[in-house]
Amino acid sequence: MTYLAAIREALQEEMRRDPNVLILGEDVGGTFGGAFKVTQGFAEEFGDRRVMNMPLAELAFVSAATGMALMGLRPVVEIQFADFITTAFDSIVQFAATNYYRWQAPVPWVIRAPADGGIRSGPFHSQNPEAWFVHTPGLKVVAPGTPADAKGLLIAAIRDNNPVIYLESKTLYRSLKGPVPAGEYVVPIGQARLAREGEHLSIITYGTQLRESLAAAERLAQEGIEAEVLDLRTLKPLDREAILQTVRKTGKILIVHSANRLAGVGAELAAQIAEDAFEWLDAPIRRLGGADTPIPFSPPLEDAYRPDAEKIYRLARELAAY
Amino acid sequence: MSESSLTREQKIELYYWMCLTRIFDDMMVAYWKQGKGLGGTFSQRGHEAISVGSAYALEPDDVVAPMHRDLGCYLLRGITPRRIFANLLGKATGVSRGRDANLHGMGDLNHNIIGYISHLPQSLPVTVGVAMSFRYRNEPRVAMTYVGDGSSSAGLFHESLNLASVHKAPVVVIVENNQYAYSTPLHQQMNIQDIAIRAAGYGIPGVVVDGNDVEAVYAATKEAVDRARRGEGPTLIECKTMRMLGHAIHDGAEYVPRELLAEWEAKNPVLRFEQRLLAEGLVDQAEIDEIRQRCQVEVADAIEFAEQSPYPDPETLEEGVYAP
Ligand SMILES: Cc1ncc(C[n+]2csc(CCOP(=O)(O)OP(=O)(O)O)c2C)c(N)n1
Repeated sequence: MTYLAAIREALQEEMRRDPNVLILGEDVGGTFGGAFKVTQGFAEEFGDRRVMNMPLAELAFVSAATGMALMGLRPVVEIQFADFITTAFDSIVQFAATNYYRWQAPVPWVIRAPADGGIRSGPFHSQNPEAWFVHTPGLKVVAPGTPADAKGLLIAAIRDNNPVIYLESKTLYRSLKGPVPAGEYVVPIGQARLAREGEHLSIITYGTQLRESLAAAERLAQEGIEAEVLDLRTLKPLDREAILQTVRKTGKILIVHSANRLAGVGAELAAQIAEDAFEWLDAPIRRLGGADTPIPFSPPLEDAYRPDAEKIYRLARELAAY
Repeated sequence: MSESSLTREQKIELYYWMCLTRIFDDMMVAYWKQGKGLGGTFSQRGHEAISVGSAYALEPDDVVAPMHRDLGCYLLRGITPRRIFANLLGKATGVSRGRDANLHGMGDLNHNIIGYISHLPQSLPVTVGVAMSFRYRNEPRVAMTYVGDGSSSAGLFHESLNLASVHKAPVVVIVENNQYAYSTPLHQQMNIQDIAIRAAGYGIPGVVVDGNDVEAVYAATKEAVDRARRGEGPTLIECKTMRMLGHAIHDGAEYVPRELLAEWEAKNPVLRFEQRLLAEGLVDQAEIDEIRQRCQVEVADAIEFAEQSPYPDPETLEEGVYAP
């Protein structure tokens, strides 16, 4: 099943199970089914009452989702491209995220945000906004890197009583296939997964870069370098135990993500590892991420900007030799 | 409204820009359909009269912030077909030097053009700021921008018009009401037919124009520009038209009723103006053919230039993020 089909299946199953689950976003309803067709056919099955087209006004409809969530509904909001989430940023970080802390009323919405680039869509349609949200107390942030996790994490997110930012990789939508358990399948928020075992170094990653990291690890294995690949799956809260375990095991850490490296999630991981597992480290922690530039459109520039299997392979080899 | 004080030469000039815009667009769409394009791209088919007619009402010193269906405005303001096509192909010779996609990032202050902001409708408040700077410096200049029917739903639309009105900013806002925002029809976007009526809420004039009639668009814009220049503040102009193709190249627009498209095809703004010019005896068919031919050559040249231009050097990735 494709990554996209897995997201779709999770939404479908949750909507069938719980009448409080509904979908809102630009172009999600009718016969269209969203810019990426994730909800195609949904309006037919669930009606326009539960699959609602929204006017072009993210701040308004994300805030409205907060209102619905306060009344016990479980809105799943689609932001057309993750980039446009900034338009609703105010209501997410100020109100929804802090609400339970301030007056104990839960806000159980999910925002699905198609993130990442690699498909030549330019600075306004390629961003990875996770760091903004990981920085915000009160939110949960997940970023599946496999079809199975795309389903399992979305179901967990919908059932969670907190606002969850669900970052999906539009790069993987149709290009990544994998097995997906049928029926109810929940991947608990906050648990990393060892995607590959290895002795010589650890690659810690998530989202789109999981596939790239696994490809790099395959290549390294041909040269006798066994890389462990830890897929974080959830960026907030982080699975500290899984991170420490892999550090203790290999002592060499390469962190990979698509978002800008500077002050990205990798920076936080590196800091936590340095603080909590310094004595297990056999080499300086290395990080791969985007350059400190907007995400360029032109192929040679975008390729230079982004981490990929080749870059991961090269840096991992250096690290293994350290 | 369609009576305008344009001379014969001006009308022919308008026709040339519309023709160039249409031919550029046709050839661009064909190029992408052949699978030779890069990323996505937007067709402005049906919007020629709006982008050309409105931009024609500006003086060179005026500033404009076009959006994704305003190809005609970019061309008329002096960004060459070569630079635009190179931008579409991500080449170093494109307006954004390969940094930004399609018509995004096509700004050039040498032509008094503000680059398009993808987050709709953020170009609007920026344009209000441009206009406020003219007022601040007592310059007789005007700023103009465009929003779609969809983008006029955002809170910023309302905030910006209110701000502009309160500060009597010399700004003209063109709403391109092409009846669809991506797949969303007008009735799911708003509960009104005329977006122009919103102007009343801000105490500014709101005008409805036939967006497929270039002279009507020109006349309304000219009036609004003159008004702004006289210090009388903003005007909201709603141009009614139809988006003739999908939202972007990949979108077949199956959700749009075919009859609606047929109805609007009959109002084809380029053809209609051409027929009017012929009927008024201002041009003959030979002149029309000559102009078309000239446009075709220009666009073909632009495509060749873009194809032969180099991609940006990946070594320059980190260059150009900060101004010197
Ligand atoms: C804040 C924001 N949300 C979503 C989008 C994605 N998007 C791009 S164009 C578009 C529809 C715009 O409709 P309209 O303003 O009517 O202009 P049109 O494309 O019809 O010319 C949408 C939803 C965006 N660019 N900005």
